[in-house]
Amino acid sequence: MRIAVCVKQVPDTSEVKVDPKTGTLIRDGVPSVINPFDQFAVEEAVRLRDAAEGGGEVVAISMGPPQAKSVLIHSLALGADKGVLLSDRAFAGADTWVTAYTLAMAIKKLGEFDLVLCGQQAVDGDTAQVGPEIAQMLGIPQITYVEKVDLEGNKVVAKKQVDEGYEVIEAKMPVLLAFMTPSDFVPTNPPFSKITKAQKKPCETWTNAELGANPERLGLKGSFTQVVRVYSPPKRDKALMLTGTPEDIAKQLADIMGKEGFL
Amino acid sequence: MAEPIQVNNEKCTGCGLCGKSCPFAVITVVDKKAKIGDGCTLCSACVQVCPAEAITIERKAVKIELGAYKDVWVIAEVAEGCTKGVSFELLGKATELATETKQHVCAVLIGHNVKGYVDVLAENGAEKVYIADNPNLEKYTTDAYSNVISGMMSRFKPNIVLFPATKQGRDLAPRIAATLDLGLTADCTALAIKDGMLLQTRPAFGGNIMADILCPYSRPQMATVRPNVMPKPEPRKGHKAEVIEVPVKIDPKSIRTHIRETIKTCTMGGKKIEESEVVVSGGRGACEENGFELLQQLADQFGAVVGASRVAIDMGKKPKSVQVGQSGITISPKLYIVCAVSGAIQHTVGMSSSKFTIAINSDPNATIFAYSQVGVVGDMFQIVPKLVDELKKRKGK
Repeated sequence: MRIAVCVKQVPDTSEVKVDPKTGTLIRDGVPSVINPFDQFAVEEAVRLRDAAEGGGEVVAISMGPPQAKSVLIHSLALGADKGVLLSDRAFAGADTWVTAYTLAMAIKKLGEFDLVLCGQQAVDGDTAQVGPEIAQMLGIPQITYVEKVDLEGNKVVAKKQVDEGYEVIEAKMPVLLAFMTPSDFVPTNPPFSKITKAQKKPCETWTNAELGANPERLGLKGSFTQVVRVYSPPKRDKALMLTGTPEDIAKQLADIMGKEGFL
Repeated sequence: MAEPIQVNNEKCTGCGLCGKSCPFAVITVVDKKAKIGDGCTLCSACVQVCPAEAITIERKAVKIELGAYKDVWVIAEVAEGCTKGVSFELLGKATELATETKQHVCAVLIGHNVKGYVDVLAENGAEKVYIADNPNLEKYTTDAYSNVISGMMSRFKPNIVLFPATKQGRDLAPRIAATLDLGLTADCTALAIKDGMLLQTRPAFGGNIMADILCPYSRPQMATVRPNVMPKPEPRKGHKAEVIEVPVKIDPKSIRTHIRETIKTCTMGGKKIEESEVVVSGGRGACEENGFELLQQLADQFGAVVGASRVAIDMGKKPKSVQVGQSGITISPKLYIVCAVSGAIQHTVGMSSSKFTIAINSDPNATIFAYSQVGVVGDMFQIVPKLVDELKKRKGK
């Protein structure tokens, strides 16, 4: 069983605060962490490898600046066997298509895989597009919004969220699975001893010299979409703060609801 | 110019899987080699199934003439015998975009026995409806739907294609973007035309950052659009649309995922939280005592659905199907009443496009007030029962 798992370094959104005065994000001093959905994917990769007959290999892959290596070390400490960091200035500014292309190129170069796992979405961008795009580029089926997965011979059986509830889907491997986190999932940091051990596991950094992708299709240059403006949303009007006894407040709220046409 | 789709005869084994997978039935096997006939839409279903990797499509060989791409398409979603409301919202926006670019609004209807939906799509703005009707399209599958829609887009060359940012739409659209080598913007909350191009606006970081995105050099321009954000158009009774039936052939073997079981999760009264005009949510502080019962009483005054923050879901107070936030559901109700929720990004991602928010929280510095029109610093256990009494009293009058 060979499993590739894609991970992304993101700002810890639980630490990102909004300045109550200006309404803008305070990002200074916010630590970078592994995207929580991806951490769950790594944990699942390790579990599936250990459950598979004859064991196997889990390869964690990330694209990002040199400091993104820390999410690979984190993945190795969670039990992955090998890490590959795709880091090259030529990769910078990639939209989802180009990100998927770069990751898919790396997966192809790393050989045949039975499973490709990723988080459903990254908490900074929330696009949920890279997983399905990788699957299409690798020519394998996909199951997204996966909450739970089991192996049955050469098949996976996954419980996935759909708009009307859930579906249980089966597919022959190779297949790409994009994971939601279960509601009781709390990303934990591996103990220090495991991190020390992880640093001895193989972890390579590839530039495009190693990857060999078409340079015209990389980074900002290769991206189909262009971000033309990033801005804080129009400043919301300050909330009208109500005061008084609970009875007073209830009356005021009912008045407002009436005025706004909700009653 | 070489054809963009090529069969490598040295690799081709003549197995015929490509022919079986072709939704448009244009591949035949002649002298044990695959032959691509006229009418190939470059949907790439064959590329996906070929075990010998003998078929390639060179997208860049097709020179893009931006002007050749016309019309605004809406991928309609139907479920359980009705058209989803988001399809109408998208048609309303598409009408605006089409008027500005002097093009037509078209709906795409995929499924089985779906012709009955044509009129309602026409009344909501569709001038043309493209239909792919096949028993193997009755249930959504990524493979069949993406092949069929990719093929239609290659063949009819729309300028803009809008997908609902539902779980289905977000599974489908990126697959098509990767098939056709196209840009795609996720979860847009605003769309406009700028210099003849589609200006796509999307939030990130829980609505704390907005980005405007263009797709200058490739067509069609693709976006998924967040449900409940765009207003529904006023239906034009009796309007008719031109119907274009696109014949498709789906071999069940070309669908690589199989649905073993469907589990419907019912929310209170069968109403889904994302479609409810009023939502009442509770967070950590509502988990004590009878907090969620009080919220239900408040919700009953509006026929509303009770939602919950992630903490409250984790504590088992409500099912996952009503979790508002990043790992749950995105809602944009007309009125959102949110009690004892602090306003972490995890939650605000899911509610920042609500139209009118009333927050009750005992912490005067709670972030949730920054997302609210009206705030009350106080204890929901004291205020909510009084509010329920007051609302009942006014209704009685």
